[in-house]
Amino acid sequence: MSDVASRQPAGKKTNISEERAREADHPSSQSVVFGADKPLHLDCGVDLSPFQIAYQSYGTLNADRSNAILLCHALTGDQHVFNTHPVTGKPGWWQTMVGPGKPIDTDRYFVICSNVVGGCMGSTGPSSTNPATGKPWGLDFPVITIPDMVRAQAMLIDHLGITKLFAVVGGSMGGMQVLQWATAYPERVFAALAIACGARHSAQNIAFHELGRQAVMADPDWRQGRYFEHGTHPRRGLGVARMAAHITYLSDAALHRKFGRRLQDRAEPTFSFDADFEVESYLRHQGSSFVERFDANSYLYLTRAMDYFDIAADHYGVLAAAFLGTRTRFCVVSFTSDWLFPSSEARAVVHALNASSARVSFAEITTDKGHDAFLLDEPEFFAISRAFLESAASTHGLTAAS
Amino acid sequence: MNAHESFRPTAQLPKIDGVRGDHLLVAEMVAPGSKVLDVGCGEGDLLQLLEARGIDGRGIELSREGVNSCVAKGLAVVQGDADTDLDNYPDDSFDYVILSQTLQATRQPRKVLENLLRIGSRAIVSFPNFGHWRMRLQLLVGGHMPRTENLPATWYDTPNIHFCTIKDFVQLCDEINVKMERAVALDLYGRPLRINAPWWFWNMFGEQGVFLLTRRG
Repeated sequence: MSDVASRQPAGKKTNISEERAREADHPSSQSVVFGADKPLHLDCGVDLSPFQIAYQSYGTLNADRSNAILLCHALTGDQHVFNTHPVTGKPGWWQTMVGPGKPIDTDRYFVICSNVVGGCMGSTGPSSTNPATGKPWGLDFPVITIPDMVRAQAMLIDHLGITKLFAVVGGSMGGMQVLQWATAYPERVFAALAIACGARHSAQNIAFHELGRQAVMADPDWRQGRYFEHGTHPRRGLGVARMAAHITYLSDAALHRKFGRRLQDRAEPTFSFDADFEVESYLRHQGSSFVERFDANSYLYLTRAMDYFDIAADHYGVLAAAFLGTRTRFCVVSFTSDWLFPSSEARAVVHALNASSARVSFAEITTDKGHDAFLLDEPEFFAISRAFLESAASTHGLTAAS
Repeated sequence: MNAHESFRPTAQLPKIDGVRGDHLLVAEMVAPGSKVLDVGCGEGDLLQLLEARGIDGRGIELSREGVNSCVAKGLAVVQGDADTDLDNYPDDSFDYVILSQTLQATRQPRKVLENLLRIGSRAIVSFPNFGHWRMRLQLLVGGHMPRTENLPATWYDTPNIHFCTIKDFVQLCDEINVKMERAVALDLYGRPLRINAPWWFWNMFGEQGVFLLTRRG
């Protein structure tokens, strides 16, 4: 396991960590600070104030302000959808889906993506500086929920002068936010595209998240969440959390296709606990690269937010009640090999939407790529997303891109 | 590929000016401005026809290919199974529920039919008539399970597991207290048989039956 932490050269490690820490308070993205007059009312009862939201936007807002699409990122994603990531230097996380001529066409739509509150890329979260102490919030940061994230996004949308979003789009935790948007602000969402998600987090998913959190907190470098002051970062714990989570994002078939039982740069097993298998080496790399760009406490808070998510529970146990009378058009997409958010979860959402008379499309995409399929090259998924948005756009009165 | 994706219940049905004859008839039965659920909507041809007439249409389709092609046309279609997923729809949520050329492919036609009339205030059902004289002749003279242009599958690979005749269907409607508002038999070319004839004639010469149904009482 020591490999997780020791793979990166020492010098590079410090630089990236510093860069990431800087992003928490001073993001390279656009950002907006909501002052004492505009606190964020959190579900836990705390008013968060002041707080900052960092966001990226692509394309141009039309004169009617009617072509805005809000993208909601997943657990370990951020606002850097279609630009080089300021910390990793890698391309944005959804360049397959977003860009000129892509299904979410930046020539046609004004695309916004903000870092969720509780995140670590410039929106206020546990790694941001607590104005009361001048130190990072750490575990003093209040526990946040998916509805809190959406409330903050709504404040950003207000700030940008947009009354109604043409569409809200997201996968996984982003899909949860899409559903939350549609229930909390139905009149502000014309179309909702919810991908690889559900209206609640299942017991199995909570269990996996708990495993991840325990791994982080078991790392002595975590220091009760005050690792910034101690100059440490729970790299091993967070790395293990990421490794476990990453398995849930793939599928048996995908792992087998990608790695099989092949050995890593060796002809024979070493009869040790070294990374003999390619799949071990891959997972260790996933763990070690993740800790470079992500804050351990943010991981605790965001996984917690997902665990608490249960739309039906907020509506007396009846999911359909959450969508009653909605005029939003929905498209729900699931993937056959996704075992984190299996199609049955998507179906539950679809049944509720049907029961509340909503206009909904539902497609299950055949793929062996598991939960992460929504981030990968899936032509059928792209075709459906494009068609759904195009048909909604023409109903919404948006003209085609020239 | 999944077994039920590889074939459709019926082959290419005859078209009149590019539109299936039974679709034209169904569309004509639906009042303008109403809300319609098409169960087993296939590639969405009927839904497109209905939406073009200003009808608010929704669909359920079993095959993923069908669903994806519908969504790609901008139609509101969900992947689902008539046998299991209709239970999830609330009472009286649609003006019409359409079951076009699908009844014979369901596992529990009676339950499906009851569901149609629970969800919709009216149901429109069309199916191939197994009592057509050519079917009877094939079984009587040929001694084998009938196969036609519209139903080309062999007995061992057909998705049609509950064939019925027009007479059988009328009996079922009686049993479950369903009233027929309109009944039309179509000929081999998808044209309505425009003659006032007794049931036995339709049962003998109708290639397909199309029924507009309501709850009795």
